[in-house]
Amino acid sequence: MPLLAIAVLAAGTYAFRLAGPVFRHRMRIPDRLQRLLAVATAVLLTALVATAALTQGDGFAGWARPAGVLVGGALALRRAPFPVVVVAAAATTAVLRLTGIP
Amino acid sequence: MRSFWRTLDHGSLRDISLVCLADAIVGASFGAITVSGGLHPWVPVTMSVLVFAGGAQFAAAGVVLAGGSPAAAVLAGLVLNARLLPYGFAVADTVGGRWWTRLLGAQLITDETVAFTLRQHERRRRRVTFWTCGLALFGCWNVAVALGVLAGTALRNTGSLGLDAAFPTVLLALVLPSLADRGTRNAALAGAVIAVAATPFLPAGLPVLLALAGLVLAGQPAAREEEGRPADANPALEAR
Repeated sequence: MPLLAIAVLAAGTYAFRLAGPVFRHRMRIPDRLQRLLAVATAVLLTALVATAALTQGDGFAGWARPAGVLVGGALALRRAPFPVVVVAAAATTAVLRLTGIP
Repeated sequence: MRSFWRTLDHGSLRDISLVCLADAIVGASFGAITVSGGLHPWVPVTMSVLVFAGGAQFAAAGVVLAGGSPAAAVLAGLVLNARLLPYGFAVADTVGGRWWTRLLGAQLITDETVAFTLRQHERRRRRVTFWTCGLALFGCWNVAVALGVLAGTALRNTGSLGLDAAFPTVLLALVLPSLADRGTRNAALAGAVIAVAATPFLPAGLPVLLALAGLVLAGQPAAREEEGRPADANPALEAR
């Protein structure tokens, strides 16, 4: 990832953050926009989860990885501590690969 | 200094420490996963200082690691961080009136810090909470990422360790609380289906952006949130 890309992302992010403290008396964010931004965040993150779990390149990633993610997700739903969630996911995938499932 | 600590009660300090710990673990995972995935060590470290937003950092790095273009990575990160815009307005009065506190405070705006700040109702407490939580998180996050990078460079053969499952799992844990809302969940599931279906046909990075088409299913707001407040009660695992 080139430095320029990081710089652009950082500058844009900082602009989003700074707008409020600078323009607070001159404008206001409509509720609809707030709602839209919150949902967009969830949509983008969920799409990343799905593609990163299921695909590799432009094909299927194999069963071991999505199975691990599923185990991690189930633990997260049951409010397991974060490290447990991540380690369980990786361990599931590792064990499945050990048994020959790609 | 003593009056400063008295401003924050023990409960708040404990909550802030817990969130710092949770974020440190996320940060360490970010450092380890990105470096073991093949990114140069300075990439996660620089990103963490300059971008300081976990969700966007994971998203941008994820797009690049999947072979996507830097432009797609930046765009995905910016869409995620657009939610910081209303947060800035919500804490504008807390950040302060002097130009340098605004410049510095702006960088500290995250889901967690805004959630903790808006929980306080008294002006002075809000200010102390914002700066304590913001600075503590900034420190913990960056130290943890650097430690994660060190650990990640030591790891070999990440596939057999199942580490490729760690990245989507971290993101899933981050996003799960916000999926409790039905409109959000419908939009997110539709977007995920679109992204996976488009993956064989589009260059890496674009399918995730195409998922935003799922927004048409978002429905009407639940109309229950305070202005600019993160919607969920579990700030520790919010996507930053």
